[in-house]
Amino acid sequence: MNRVLIFRVLASTLFLCSCFVAGVTAQNNPFAPQPAPPLPAGMKGSDATDPRAKLKPGMFDAGEASMGLKLLTTVGKPNPFQISNDPSDPKVDKGASIIAGDTSKIPPAMKLVLAGLAFANSDLAFQGNRLFQGNFYGMSIYDISDPTKAYPLTTIVCPGGQGDVSVYKNLMFMSVEMPNGRVDCSAEGFPIQTAPGLPAASKDRFRGVRIFDISDIKNPKQVGAVQTCRGSHTHTLVLDPKDKNNVYIYVSGTSFVRQDEELAGCSGGTPDKNPNTALFRIDVIKVPVNAPQTAKIVSSPRIFMDSRTNEIAGLTNGGTHGALDKQTPTDQCHDITVYSAIGLAAGACEGNGILLDIKDPANPKRVDAVNDPNYSYWHSASFSNDGKKVVFTDEWGGGLGARCRENDPNVWGADSIFHIENNKLKFASYYKMPAAQGDTENCVAHNGSLIPVPGRDIEVQAWYQGGISVMDFTDPNHVYEIAYFDRGPIDPKMLVLGGSWSAYWYNGHVYSSEIARGLDILELTPTKFLTQNEINAAKSVKVAELNVQNQQKFVWPKNKAVGLAYIDQIERSGTLSADEITKLRNAIEVKNSDRKQVANLVSMLETKAAQARNSKDAAKFDAIAQIISEPVH
Amino acid sequence: MVITMFGRLTFLAAVLTCFLSISALAQQDAPVVVQPGAPGQPTKVLPSSTRATLPLVSKKDVEFMQGMIMHHAQAVEMVALMDSRTQNKELRLLGARISHSQSEEIGLMERWLTARGQPTTMKMSGMDMSDMDMPGMDMSKPMLMPGMLTAKQMEALRNAKGAEFDRLFLTGMIQHHGGALTMVKDLYQSPGAGQDAELFSFTTDIDSGQRAEIRIMQNMLAKNH
Repeated sequence: MNRVLIFRVLASTLFLCSCFVAGVTAQNNPFAPQPAPPLPAGMKGSDATDPRAKLKPGMFDAGEASMGLKLLTTVGKPNPFQISNDPSDPKVDKGASIIAGDTSKIPPAMKLVLAGLAFANSDLAFQGNRLFQGNFYGMSIYDISDPTKAYPLTTIVCPGGQGDVSVYKNLMFMSVEMPNGRVDCSAEGFPIQTAPGLPAASKDRFRGVRIFDISDIKNPKQVGAVQTCRGSHTHTLVLDPKDKNNVYIYVSGTSFVRQDEELAGCSGGTPDKNPNTALFRIDVIKVPVNAPQTAKIVSSPRIFMDSRTNEIAGLTNGGTHGALDKQTPTDQCHDITVYSAIGLAAGACEGNGILLDIKDPANPKRVDAVNDPNYSYWHSASFSNDGKKVVFTDEWGGGLGARCRENDPNVWGADSIFHIENNKLKFASYYKMPAAQGDTENCVAHNGSLIPVPGRDIEVQAWYQGGISVMDFTDPNHVYEIAYFDRGPIDPKMLVLGGSWSAYWYNGHVYSSEIARGLDILELTPTKFLTQNEINAAKSVKVAELNVQNQQKFVWPKNKAVGLAYIDQIERSGTLSADEITKLRNAIEVKNSDRKQVANLVSMLETKAAQARNSKDAAKFDAIAQIISEPVH
Repeated sequence: MVITMFGRLTFLAAVLTCFLSISALAQQDAPVVVQPGAPGQPTKVLPSSTRATLPLVSKKDVEFMQGMIMHHAQAVEMVALMDSRTQNKELRLLGARISHSQSEEIGLMERWLTARGQPTTMKMSGMDMSDMDMPGMDMSKPMLMPGMLTAKQMEALRNAKGAEFDRLFLTGMIQHHGGALTMVKDLYQSPGAGQDAELFSFTTDIDSGQRAEIRIMQNMLAKNH
């Protein structure tokens, strides 16, 4: 009932919006998107002939295109993250009147699109049967026991953006960065002062990382709130393999430094003038698991320091142009992905991609840094399962703009895949979701996670209104798309923010946090690029908790699904004859197969493993041999 | 009699089951809405009808957007000069990216302002200059936002070619981008500014994106010397 009602109201709202826009088109319509400038010489743009390029617009009735991904359900945003249904609600006017004075100038329907990012859904975390979806205005918790019938359990009202979320046991962490965040989660923000001067420092303001106790999922309690100078744009949960009593949070702040009057010890500026500057560092919070209320910052590593000169602002890409050079060295990370299993973290830090040694979690040390002339803003990172590759993303335009148009180059706002060799990053290639998107679709590379298909490196990734794209980067020099899901623009005439913020694989399904529309739940379907056996093998990997930026190593069970997936991959590569493939499949399918036949097959596999082109192929033959010898069904 | 009784009971049970499952469904659809308190304080339960409140927008926010449109427009104008004046491939690519980025962002700012009932250009007469530090500003000339190239600088750029154009473009654009950083910094020195999520994210992106571009330009400048 509720959903239908919400749908109707939203649909009529959009209809009204469209009418308004249509009305002003005749005049000089500021909402009409400008076409992209021409494609720069020598560059390749996005593919305008792709089925995703021209889909029917709409909030809830947009056209859809998909390949290898099937949408199972969409759960709409909870009420508290929708602005009042009634455009004449005084609450709507309250926000608008501050600036406009006379709100009658604003068409009623337009007031509803004022919201934009303010109530946007953001990142996801998972625990057991629960999904946690961040929002600029708080948090939603869903029950996903049956992903096709996911439903909301708890909506937490607690504004401050952007609501980046992690969970660990009974604790939930949430990032707050905007100046409207309040310690007590109230929603009124801070008064606009008309007198000139610095903003009134307020002890009520909160910018940092909130800690909630979620033991009672319907009654989460704020138990800690660690303030930081720049707030927390994102954060990363870090576990210390040697210490079970504490967890760490790496805080990436990208915004302005607040004044000392509000939070003691905070000051900005360049390190040559202010060695204590809150820029040029990340903050590390230590959280005692049994006493989260005592969580505090234990270090603020200067990870951009030049280790030879000890210069704090050490990441200038080697430029040596006198004083100018010191103007804008990298001073922040946007997001950090830690991979404790290999003792490394990949930081996407403004103008650089960096590699950190995190064996001592409280004191990460930079071991390498790269830059790229095609990169605008290093945004996020994910490692391959073997830790030998890393995928960085470039959030060109911050996700607010249309950057996947036919004329936008396919190396701008793209992923870049790097090798990691002896703790050094080496560039391999770019990947950008290939389909051209419209002028009114915000689109650029965003958050993704690995899909545990054994024997391959596969990532599912969000591209805002560019939808979800699944790509194979097993060969980092030849990255290609294997599945996708996309909707048409929310609106055909103006860019209304929306699309997939994060698309992550969790225990068998793809969950996508849709900024405007809610929560999408999808499943992989077999194609020529990915077989049902490979999907089944991915589904056989289960985790108890998922915080994507705290990357966990997948370990595949030696089961039938995994064996069949490897056989499919060997068949695809053409290494074995059709007859040999059939024999292997039979040996795996039949429980009590002939011992002698099994011995022959194992011997054949051992030979093939010895002759294999690379260690990855050899491992597949070995794994199949093992599964055939000791079947676990 | 017994049968009828049983029948009635069944009917009642069915009604009850139906009612229960409906309320269970309703419960599924409507999550509990809560608002935590400060650390250590209890969590409040809010009515399920709770709706979001619009963020506050300050006059400074509006002026920032209006000013930045003007600021961005000059960057687009500078890139447009490249065509007949330089063959430097690397520089032309950088220029193309600046132009792609900033012309698209002008659209964002115009949308933001119009949706809030605000003009997209700054009215000089209506502006409150009392808190602006602009000594000796000549009101008869078009106003320049921080970092914008003066008419004289633009003229020099227009008249330059080849390596000299490259140098003037790079130094000019570094100055120009530097001004954007100043504008963002000024914005956050203003009381109550930046509480609007879209504006907040946009300004944060300008700050980091243009910082990175300045670094690229500094390196290009260093290489060409």
